Amino acid sequence: MSAPILQVSNIETYYGPIMAIRGVSLSVPEGKIVTVLGANGAGKTTILKTISGVMDPQKGTVTFEGREIQKRDPDWIMRQGIAHVPEGREVFPFLSVRENLEMGAYTRKDRNRIQEDMDRVFDYFPVLRERAGQAAGMLSGGEQQMLAIGRALMSRPRLMLLDEPSLGLSPRLVSEIFTIIRRLNSEEGMTILLVEQNAHIALQTGDYGYVLEVGRIVMEDSCSRLMEKEDIKEFYLGIREQGARGKRRWKRKKTWR
Amino acid sequence: MNGIAVGCIYGLIALGFVLIYKATEMVNFAQGDLMMLGAFVAYTLISGLGLPYWLGLAGAVIIMAVFGYLLDAVLLRPVIGQPQFAIVMLTIGLGFILRAAAGFIWGHDPLSFETPFTGKVVNAGGVVIATENLAIIFGTVLLCAILYAFFRFTRLGVAMQASSQNQLAAYYMGIPVKRIFSMIWALSAGVAAVAGILLAPKFLIDPNMGFLGIKAFAAAVLGGFGSIPGALLGGLVIGVIEQIAGVYGPPGSHETAAYLALLLVLVLKPGGIFAQIGRKKV
Repeated sequence: MSAPILQVSNIETYYGPIMAIRGVSLSVPEGKIVTVLGANGAGKTTILKTISGVMDPQKGTVTFEGREIQKRDPDWIMRQGIAHVPEGREVFPFLSVRENLEMGAYTRKDRNRIQEDMDRVFDYFPVLRERAGQAAGMLSGGEQQMLAIGRALMSRPRLMLLDEPSLGLSPRLVSEIFTIIRRLNSEEGMTILLVEQNAHIALQTGDYGYVLEVGRIVMEDSCSRLMEKEDIKEFYLGIREQGARGKRRWKRKKTWR
Repeated sequence: MNGIAVGCIYGLIALGFVLIYKATEMVNFAQGDLMMLGAFVAYTLISGLGLPYWLGLAGAVIIMAVFGYLLDAVLLRPVIGQPQFAIVMLTIGLGFILRAAAGFIWGHDPLSFETPFTGKVVNAGGVVIATENLAIIFGTVLLCAILYAFFRFTRLGVAMQASSQNQLAAYYMGIPVKRIFSMIWALSAGVAAVAGILLAPKFLIDPNMGFLGIKAFAAAVLGGFGSIPGALLGGLVIGVIEQIAGVYGPPGSHETAAYLALLLVLVLKPGGIFAQIGRKKV
């Protein structure tokens, strides 16, 4: 395997006195989809925020394309080629769809090629082309998620951080969005770090997965193998085994504790 | 006509309040004092250095814009994240300091400078209008058109809107939010300077003219804090009501009518005329 495009080593990040990330290391190889699974409050979002520079780690390093990027300003990191699709979409509600996309290209120098990229985004998400003039706040949740992904694409990133793209969407929309995520990966070779609660779809989409619990990585493996593991099945996929007498085993312990 | 002109000034100062509030969620109570300072700077440039009026105006606006930028970058940026109360106190204190400093530099005697509009009248079909009023109204309309175009069509303007609508997302997009905030302060101080200069031929310049800011604050609240057209309309409403009350009402109503109108609007429509708070939760 070639050198990873992103290498996070031993980061510790705090919210005030509270330690949210307790020494996490992970690596993202170029052209792959790496996924981080975890329950609410495990620290998934915090990892992404630490990578994109919105939060600074107390310890540890984040290396992107051989360069240490921790403790830099978010706009600088963005210019290095990392785009962040935030949790909860976070579009600019009173700007039009087109203006939202233009904001995604804010750090770009080659202004003349923006239109080209906007067309590319519209090809991926045809519904956005129809609504180009509408205020983003008027879009549905799914359309806003598409806009948030499209907006991130506008910066022509080499690494995309995706934070819970399935949040609050219907199953059909979720599969639609993940189809596009897979297409981005296969057609454009986009490297993606995906954070999800929906373990099912995340494991189906990703190449390699990490499992995060209260700020620590407790397991890592390729997604296909993760899907086979007993604990993942039970705690993340909700598949329960039947006990000896047809009753659920109610006191199973996770192997990593 | 007088009322509309004064109303335009209130509207312009209110605009400054709203610009800063929308972007940074701070209320800058020194807005009126920025206007005062702008007028004094223009006085120095025009009467002191003998520059022509238009050059003096441009110079004062630029100086005030730089001043506003530095004010935010140096003084207010460290306070971001502190309770609202601290910021309010800081800006009120800033107002006092600016007033004292202006008194120290330019003295407490009212001053005035020559403008192309002072003391002239235009006779429009039998109605006599003072040119200074026309200048104020025309200046306000022009300024609003420029600001509208700026926010609507320039990359920086749209980025300013974006930062005010969703600060976090603006960070994610790589928009340098802190610098944008400072630029909004610059813009707001520049607008205040224009208001001060336009006002100069009507009132005399003295360090206390910044208290007009309180009425402009009322105008901003009246229009629904956070709405730019609301701020301008609020300013107009207050200016006109004041004049009408001054002419037809009992003595003293000139000063109180504006606040009565404010109370009335707040009782009937608590969000102001153009309430935007509800919409912002989308």
